[in-house]
Amino acid sequence: MTDFPRAFADALISTALDVAPIVVILLLFQIVILRKKPPNLRKIAAGSVLVLVGLALFLIGLENALFPVGKTMARQLTAPDYIGVDNLAAGVDWLDYLPVYAFAAAIGFATTIAEPSLVAVAIKARDASGGAVHAWGLRIAVAVGVAVGVALGCFRIVTGTPLPWYIIAAYFVVILLTFRSSKTIVPLAYDSGGVTTSTVTVPVVAALGLGLAASVPGRSPLIDGFGLIAFASVFPIMTVLGYSIAASWLSRRRKSKLPKEA
Amino acid sequence: MTRFLVAMLKMTLSSLRDLAPIILVIAFFQIVVLRQPFPDLLSVLIGLLCVIAGLTLFIQGLESGLFPLGEALAQGFAQKGSAAILLAFGFCLGFGTTIAEPALIAVAAEAADVAAQAGAIADEDRARTTYALELRMVVAVSVGAAIVLGILRILKGWPIHRLIIGGYLLVTALTVFAPAEIVGIAYDSGGVTTSTITVPLVTALGVGLATSIRGRNPMVDGFGLIAFASLTPMVCVLAYGMVTS
Repeated sequence: MTDFPRAFADALISTALDVAPIVVILLLFQIVILRKKPPNLRKIAAGSVLVLVGLALFLIGLENALFPVGKTMARQLTAPDYIGVDNLAAGVDWLDYLPVYAFAAAIGFATTIAEPSLVAVAIKARDASGGAVHAWGLRIAVAVGVAVGVALGCFRIVTGTPLPWYIIAAYFVVILLTFRSSKTIVPLAYDSGGVTTSTVTVPVVAALGLGLAASVPGRSPLIDGFGLIAFASVFPIMTVLGYSIAASWLSRRRKSKLPKEA
Repeated sequence: MTRFLVAMLKMTLSSLRDLAPIILVIAFFQIVVLRQPFPDLLSVLIGLLCVIAGLTLFIQGLESGLFPLGEALAQGFAQKGSAAILLAFGFCLGFGTTIAEPALIAVAAEAADVAAQAGAIADEDRARTTYALELRMVVAVSVGAAIVLGILRILKGWPIHRLIIGGYLLVTALTVFAPAEIVGIAYDSGGVTTSTITVPLVTALGVGLATSIRGRNPMVDGFGLIAFASLTPMVCVLAYGMVTS
């Protein structure tokens, strides 16, 4: 952190390189095909610079403050001597790993709340629905989904059960919930699965998965370390659909009760 | 000027609220569960200030830059009236943002290691590099195709759940036949493709299109592009694993 200007410049350059393809494509289509200036070009340009600088600052801060601590924590919590497994060859009891599940759920929830792309989608959903979708309600529903998903994903790594069983079972629950949900929430719910696994969540959750797969006897980080991201993208779909079903059920019940009380 | 400052302060406070859970969780596990002091408290605090400032600027720029940009594009394409050009743009956007995605580069490299260990490809650097590059191409093409499919859906007004459920069934069927070592990577590849810049832009584009086309509802038809972009990579990577094994 002593070399801040340099680190900031590095982060800015790598962010700029990441967005370079988007800028090239946008300019190409804008100049060659649409041939019309967007109405408030200056404001858009200024806003885009803010996004770039903001994202660079965000990433450099994460890499200096949160990721090292989060990753060290994931390693320490999954280390055999912390878990207290004396005889590793005898196999492990999944209950030994309770602190890991607790950490997985807590960090999954917390990183999702901080995820900038989820903030973006929540704002857009609030505006597009005319305020019917609450930005915070959506974000909390998604975060709860990630928490449950990541914790269950850790349980899977510890027990070594096959990944497809969980994910395919989750798909069937999603399909069932889809047919119980209102048509307006389904596309947003499907989107929220992909949105959550982004800048903040992926590095921490991936470190947790790899650390766990490396320390649990009989698991290989290369084979069993994958899959947590998949859990984190399926479960939010369920919780968002569930949240909307619960919310509409509650409001229906309130409405049907009112006349009786009056 | 004071109004601007008040607005900035409000946004900073809301960023702080967004980051409070992550700070609490890390502090709790560090102090209460692991019972260790923070290794380098000063640098952690400076880093946190950067994160808060960065998130505040990002969200400010989102509302004045990325969202209007996506909407202006959607309106421009809707006025132009050519579906082919719009679809070409969608493909380029999906492909271009994915091929350079750092998270995907990392996952592709790890996937090459897995394939080499499992004996699907020769255990040497060149084979691994080729495999990783091919995998990235596969994912990038599949995200491009996903945006095309998603835009087509908005134009035609197809119900999203049929397409997504069809995709789930396809994933389920391919899982049975794909080599076991590719399954984890394939499932994860769906999540890593959607980056922090792409998501707001693509969402604004979708909602903007659904708003400018008569008979489309922004909630029912505008969302869903990201959902396709996280489903098609799974299908394509599973298929790629079957072809290469």
